[in-house]
Amino acid sequence: MSRAEAIGKPSPLWTFGLLRSELITTFRRWRTLALLGVLAAVPILVGIAVKIETGDGSSMGGGGPQGGGGGPAFISQITNNGLFLVFTALAATLPFFLPMAIGVIAGDAIAGEANAGTLRYLLVAPAGRTRLLLTKYATTMAFCLVATLVVAVSALTVGALLFPLGDLTTISGTRISFAEGLGRALLIALVVAVSLIGVAALGLFVSTLTNSGIAAMATTVGLLITVQILDQIPQLHAIHPYFFSHYWLSFADLMREPVYWDDLVKNLGVQALYAAVFGSAAWARFMAKDITA
Amino acid sequence: MEELPAAEGDEADQTDRADRADRAAQVAPAGQVGDVGTVIVTRALTKRYRGGQLAVDGLDLTVPAGSVFGFLGPNGSGKTTTIRMLMGLIEPTSGTARVLGQPMPRAARAVLPHVGALIEGPALYGFLSGRDNLIRYDAADPTADPRTRRTRVAAALDRVGLTAAASKKAKAYSLGMKQRLGLAAALLQPRRLLVLDEPTNGLDPQGMREIRALIRELASDGTTVFLSSHLLDEIEQVCTHAAVMAQGRLITQGAVAELAAGTRGRLFVATPDTGDAARVLKEQGAGDVVITEDRVTAEPPDRDLADVNAALVTAGVRVRGFGVERASLEDAFVALTGEGFDVAG
Repeated sequence: MSRAEAIGKPSPLWTFGLLRSELITTFRRWRTLALLGVLAAVPILVGIAVKIETGDGSSMGGGGPQGGGGGPAFISQITNNGLFLVFTALAATLPFFLPMAIGVIAGDAIAGEANAGTLRYLLVAPAGRTRLLLTKYATTMAFCLVATLVVAVSALTVGALLFPLGDLTTISGTRISFAEGLGRALLIALVVAVSLIGVAALGLFVSTLTNSGIAAMATTVGLLITVQILDQIPQLHAIHPYFFSHYWLSFADLMREPVYWDDLVKNLGVQALYAAVFGSAAWARFMAKDITA
Repeated sequence: MEELPAAEGDEADQTDRADRADRAAQVAPAGQVGDVGTVIVTRALTKRYRGGQLAVDGLDLTVPAGSVFGFLGPNGSGKTTTIRMLMGLIEPTSGTARVLGQPMPRAARAVLPHVGALIEGPALYGFLSGRDNLIRYDAADPTADPRTRRTRVAAALDRVGLTAAASKKAKAYSLGMKQRLGLAAALLQPRRLLVLDEPTNGLDPQGMREIRALIRELASDGTTVFLSSHLLDEIEQVCTHAAVMAQGRLITQGAVAELAAGTRGRLFVATPDTGDAARVLKEQGAGDVVITEDRVTAEPPDRDLADVNAALVTAGVRVRGFGVERASLEDAFVALTGEGFDVAG
């Protein structure tokens, strides 16, 4: 019994050891790196496509790849200013590539551990169910941020290499300095990352429902596509504002002068709602779950 | 000859085991509920899965402190479900379980840092090295000091003989190496209780021997070891106490010596003159005489066996061997369940 005391009281800070371990484990996975690689490749492809299209000096003709869909017409400005590649790349990846990557990470979070059997050992360590779930959610959100920044940084690099940089024109037609443009780009990247919180919460909830990582990933990505399709059906107009993806492209409003906040705020509200609802559902489900895998 | 103790059990081990059994018995008088000398106590512990299947049915289990407790039963008898309930992974349908004196799963955070567990084989991150796997499991324990993490991990690897393979990716490990790494994870901290579910699965005979030696060593340090197995041999070699489950119910529990003592040993005579020997044995009062090829076995009569032997020789029976076969746990099990051990429940 004397050895019981030898194991000290847990220091409150040590509880973050699991988060650190989780971050390292996630970002060391080959799969995570592959997802980030695909995301980094999108701006490169868009940049090269625009460069080739406008190689003869003519301006962009027609709608570019993935730039449409109600998204802002940033693509036509890329040839004037490489910084616009950042906005174009984020607008191109936000509808599908980014949330798909989040769906894979979030869907695998609990179900993948259950599938591998490592979940039972984490829980008898004891990681604690709430602590483990919070750690998983924090890691998924960290991945949202990293994934968005990877797209932004890759786009900025390609934009700087292929196109001129300098002062830029906002959607409202006013001129802002390059430094302020860079600030706006960073702000937009953060808003895009925050836009993914809803998908992350949804994916985590799905992940607590099954013991198969693949099933959880597929379900999350399937839900993502379904919602995107439903969002295009006019007859469902009444419920559109409750879709996590409905206000995603509102980040373009940050390029207005003055900034148009309405949709941006609605977007943040929807994301918070999804995080609260599906976060609670995931917690309730995970606390009561029999770990049989 | 067959009456020899099992191949591996040398004198020292046998004595050591008997000592521990005594010690455990002193600490924990049989049947006392919630006694400080008990490490695991369950009362009417029951688990019915959602499909309606009754996996564990009214289990009353008492594991004395300091014992090496063998948890026996055929595959599908509810052993693993019981272990998962004890570890807080599965919520019991009804009944209570106390581990280290505290209720599970409610007190999981206080209890589990003192418990090392290997449940249904090891589970590892294939893309991490053996060492990094242990670092991750250690980081999951909020009571584990990160400053001494590397030292603890190195010590655990050394204890299971994996130091040389520590940097290899776990997916390249053999089954035996994975099993060892799982054991190392259970030994990251000094534990008061070790729960080992089929710890020798997948190991070669040398590996099994090492694990048994490790279990004895841990037990002699005072750690209670709760060992589930479907190998009677294994239980008999290392355990001081045992419980037997079949079809979700507890059939018996107690000290191994007592369980085996419940079944009387059988008298055997090795002889070419089986017919005469059988006749003499019957005359001497032996019951249930069975003749096989060149052996006669029987329930020993209530008289000095030296006289029985003398009677055989006087009757001109040529005796090659004579003695009483020690009752094994397997005999006890068959006597208890009336069926072979390998029948799945």
